[in-house]
Amino acid sequence: MSQASAPIRSTSHESSAPNVRKGRSPNVLGLIGTFFTLVMAAIWVFPLYWAVVTSLKRENDVLISPPDFFPNPLTFDAYISVLRQSLILRWYWNSVLTALVITFLVIVLCMICAYAISQLEFPGKTFLYWLFLAGFMIPAQALIVPLFILMNDLSAINTYQGIILPQLMLPITIIIYKQFFDAVPRELRDSAMIDGASEWRILFGIYLPINWGITWALSIITFIGAWNNFLWPFIVTTSEPMMTIPVGITQVTDQFGVQYARTMAVAVLAGLPVAVVYLIFQRRVTEGIMATAGLKG
Amino acid sequence: MTSGRQKRKWRMWRNAFVLVAPFTLLYLLFFIYPTWRVLQLSLYDAQLIGGEQTFIGLENYRDIWEDPLFWRSVRNTLYFVLLTVIPNTALGLVFALMVVRLKRLRSMVLAAFFLPYILPVSVVTLIFQWIFDSQFGVAQIAFQTFFDENIAVFANPNWAMPMIAFVTIWWTVGFNMLLFIAGLQGIGKDYYDAADLDGANNLQKFLYITWPLLWPITTLVLTLQLILQLKIFDQVFLLTGGGPFNSTIVVLLYMYRQAFTRFDGGYSSTIAVALFVLILVAAIFQVRVLRSGRST
Repeated sequence: MSQASAPIRSTSHESSAPNVRKGRSPNVLGLIGTFFTLVMAAIWVFPLYWAVVTSLKRENDVLISPPDFFPNPLTFDAYISVLRQSLILRWYWNSVLTALVITFLVIVLCMICAYAISQLEFPGKTFLYWLFLAGFMIPAQALIVPLFILMNDLSAINTYQGIILPQLMLPITIIIYKQFFDAVPRELRDSAMIDGASEWRILFGIYLPINWGITWALSIITFIGAWNNFLWPFIVTTSEPMMTIPVGITQVTDQFGVQYARTMAVAVLAGLPVAVVYLIFQRRVTEGIMATAGLKG
Repeated sequence: MTSGRQKRKWRMWRNAFVLVAPFTLLYLLFFIYPTWRVLQLSLYDAQLIGGEQTFIGLENYRDIWEDPLFWRSVRNTLYFVLLTVIPNTALGLVFALMVVRLKRLRSMVLAAFFLPYILPVSVVTLIFQWIFDSQFGVAQIAFQTFFDENIAVFANPNWAMPMIAFVTIWWTVGFNMLLFIAGLQGIGKDYYDAADLDGANNLQKFLYITWPLLWPITTLVLTLQLILQLKIFDQVFLLTGGGPFNSTIVVLLYMYRQAFTRFDGGYSSTIAVALFVLILVAAIFQVRVLRSGRST
């Protein structure tokens, strides 16, 4: 490799084409590019680093000028205080519960609906499909006023069903599932029909197993989306014990004032679950995001 | 024979109905009905909850047309769009180009750029409220260096909106980057090999291969961004609440205020309809511009 690289380098010098893509020996321009990339990446994670560092300091050390870029001494006081004094554990529970229920219902309801639209013939099918597509044009945030009135009429303010139900409106999931079900070979369904299998058996025995990949991807991004959703849970919960994590943590700052170690401990605790889910399921998250943007990952 | 076929057809219809019904019913109740209600409410003088509802025709629309604060919220929204859509798309492309040429460091750098995107908005705003804190924020070191003074960015009418845009870009650029990476990976290696044979340099390769072949993705990112940023609410609400002096009030925030602090169900619905129209107009306009951009 090192022997061969010398002549290649001289020819690449002549054509003056710095080319890392083809795996030629690294050149100065390529190294500068990589260095610049790493600097950018460091700048980009700095706010996250700063939040974690602040949360591990003592409240008084936070305000030192110039600031310490490493906690000294390192302490978990802020976390202990936050876990004891705020409702954050309760908000965790609310978020876990509502996000899991939303994910489960969205996946199951959209999957069976997409299966019917993809594989069965029935009157009104095209109309229904267009109705779901039309949903993309209407901004869900613009519907919070009538939704709030509706939830009030249903006595669903400050209830789990009030948080959950409007968040199930993700017809994009149907569109994606339909595309994946359309791609399943027709013969599989035909032969199962001959064996007398019911639609449910065919869906859960053939179509779902073939599409486990996209099901996982959609589940994970639906979960992250539901966990992160701010506006609707904020509108529909007015009592603190019913709030989800993203809504609840905005109350804590009102309560703590300028106590940034604790505020950052709250922020870290709120962001940690989704960050961990992302780092574990990186590939699936990417796949899910591609699918919702209309690209097959 | 025919009755058997008829029977099979009926059974298929029944199956389809059972499969489709649960989501469709929820969709009708929690999406289609509210959409219809918002249109209807915009024609009424109505409180958010309770009270008399009086049909007033297009009076809300006439009021909104003459409401300076509404137009201010439209201008601010467009200003925010201007500050975010193109910079966020361009930076997404730059980050994607940075990431795809890496090998061993690739997944680490990718995670660094993407991680902010999966965080809840309120976590992001808490972090930046701390970083930009007017006394103890770490960003004040930079402001001291460049401006010789501390700047309370979210309480300053000139700084607030650009800084909300900055926070938004930090938070969401990873999404754009991801789409561009997918696009870059979709470009066949043979194009670059052929260009190598012709002795093209990196800039020429970018201009004549990467950029034109990436255009469909660029169009997609720009369109998604435009529609998304017109719906700006969360970051503004959490960072400035629309202030100082309404310098960052945006359309959805104005709707929120009319609905949930002034309890005006009719007028807030009118603003919602106006936002819908704004998004529609912008989407049509953008499709036209981008289409003409492709032909040149």
